[in-house]
Amino acid sequence: MKNYADNWEAVIGLEIHVQLSTKSKLFSGASTNFGALPNTQACNIDLAMPGVLPVLNEEVLRMAIKLGKALNADINSPTSFARKNYFYPDSPKGYQISQMDKPIVESGYLDIDTENGVKRIGVTRAHLEEDAGKSLHDDFDGQSGIDLNRAGTPLLEIVSEPEINTPQEAVAYLKSIHSIIRYLEISDGNMAEGSMRCDANVSVRKKGDTKLGTRTETKNVNSFRFVEKAIQYEIDRQINELESGNQITQETRLYDSQANTTRPMRSKEFANDYRYFPEPDLLPINLEKEFIEEVMATMPEMPTQKKIRFVSEFNLSEYDADLLAADKDLANFFEAVVKVSNSPKLSANWIMGELSAELNNENLSINESKINSNQLGQLILRIEDGTISGKIAKEIFEKLWSSDKEVDEIIQGEGLEQVTDDKEIESMIDEVINNNPEQLEQYRSGKDRLFGFFVGQVMKASQGKANPKQVNDILRKKLEK
Amino acid sequence: MALSDQELKEIAYLARINVKEDSLPSLKKELEDILGLFEELNAAETSEISAMSHPLDLSQPTRQDEVTEENLREELLKNAPSVQSGLFLVPKVIEGEE
Repeated sequence: MKNYADNWEAVIGLEIHVQLSTKSKLFSGASTNFGALPNTQACNIDLAMPGVLPVLNEEVLRMAIKLGKALNADINSPTSFARKNYFYPDSPKGYQISQMDKPIVESGYLDIDTENGVKRIGVTRAHLEEDAGKSLHDDFDGQSGIDLNRAGTPLLEIVSEPEINTPQEAVAYLKSIHSIIRYLEISDGNMAEGSMRCDANVSVRKKGDTKLGTRTETKNVNSFRFVEKAIQYEIDRQINELESGNQITQETRLYDSQANTTRPMRSKEFANDYRYFPEPDLLPINLEKEFIEEVMATMPEMPTQKKIRFVSEFNLSEYDADLLAADKDLANFFEAVVKVSNSPKLSANWIMGELSAELNNENLSINESKINSNQLGQLILRIEDGTISGKIAKEIFEKLWSSDKEVDEIIQGEGLEQVTDDKEIESMIDEVINNNPEQLEQYRSGKDRLFGFFVGQVMKASQGKANPKQVNDILRKKLEK
Repeated sequence: MALSDQELKEIAYLARINVKEDSLPSLKKELEDILGLFEELNAAETSEISAMSHPLDLSQPTRQDEVTEENLREELLKNAPSVQSGLFLVPKVIEGEE
């Protein structure tokens, strides 16, 4: 960690573009499916053919209202669209339909966890706009190829207040937004595929200064890890420039993840002047009170509420509850396991331990798990009711993962039931003691640590099936004789 | 409202209109006249009136989220002067790279 923290502080604001998971586009009935052949999902409206008019997709209003509610924000009614004018081949109209004066969502906030406790980050606004198409710069005889499938896909741009001060806070904020949009099911939030994109406005100033420094905007950051690294790089770069007596130029920079640097984008002769004006092809939208209430009624339980419930209902630690509640699918899996196992703590441990390890190993999501929630619940139930030991459970877990057998089937088929019969355990212990007279001598003359050795030998003799608590109790009595 | 030649050229650039040097004076006069009309509008007393973003006092109708457009790629590509592999071809424009 550099020691600049003593003299400087960073001021960071994030602009997050979220692609909404509607079936059709913001203003046309063309499909929004990812990965289709070029230009097969670009209709007359997306191509800006003469005479076409945009017709608003009602679903985006529902999605934006849900996000607004989750961000504790105001919903503007009427809300209206504006034209942002610029020329670029992936935007056939010559303008993007966006929102300016009356964004649908305004003045919200989000609480994030930082190392210094909870911090509230203001959300200035979230507005609806169209995505652009894609330019392909491979060699088409010295020309660029244009695919307009993405043109007109609905986006929500979420703009934070410049109230973030460290790269870590930026990532926490971004992860929180990611979790929220996934909970609301308004976007898949896939950063690698570009359904969630992040631009970072960064400036630095001497601690205690109230005036903001000159900021740069860093684009092209497409993973949580890169957001942290890109912002850290940009903070260090700006401090170095200023410490060397140079000025910061207000500019847009691109993050290069391979070199871990940012570099300026080619600057134009004139600064971009988007000449916004109210969109004449669309009327202002009055969001009726009944419509908003109807949408509010469909709000799911959000991550923070779920976390609090996990702590109170299941007695989980804050840490466990936080990890499980951050991902909606994981949280659902957990609750399904608990329904069967009736043991929240053990279920949480197994999901975040064995199961997460296997999933990571094979790069699978929780929905692709090779063990379903019922199987894991059964397994934990068999530990809890004493049928199997924790050690055997791990073996069964492996078998569940690699076969399509059920828990009880494996236990019975392979005779893995735990040995709980005192007599049987006693005879195993007697055998171990008889076979190890030397260790017995040493133990009785005060070498207490050898107790573990005897436990290990007994467990081995039982092939891991002896009930560990009984082994401990009986062994202690026998050795003390 | 007076416009400088520089402002005029910037406006033309942003609109991607290629303005010949010798037509600048007449264009400038026409644009200044138009801006003069807006200044007259600006002088109107509007403090009691709330801003409107559209002349029609209606709310925007919406459509259901359904895919209604079929794939018309081959038809639509016919409008373009140059296509390849289902892509529209345009003069090379790369923003963002050195």
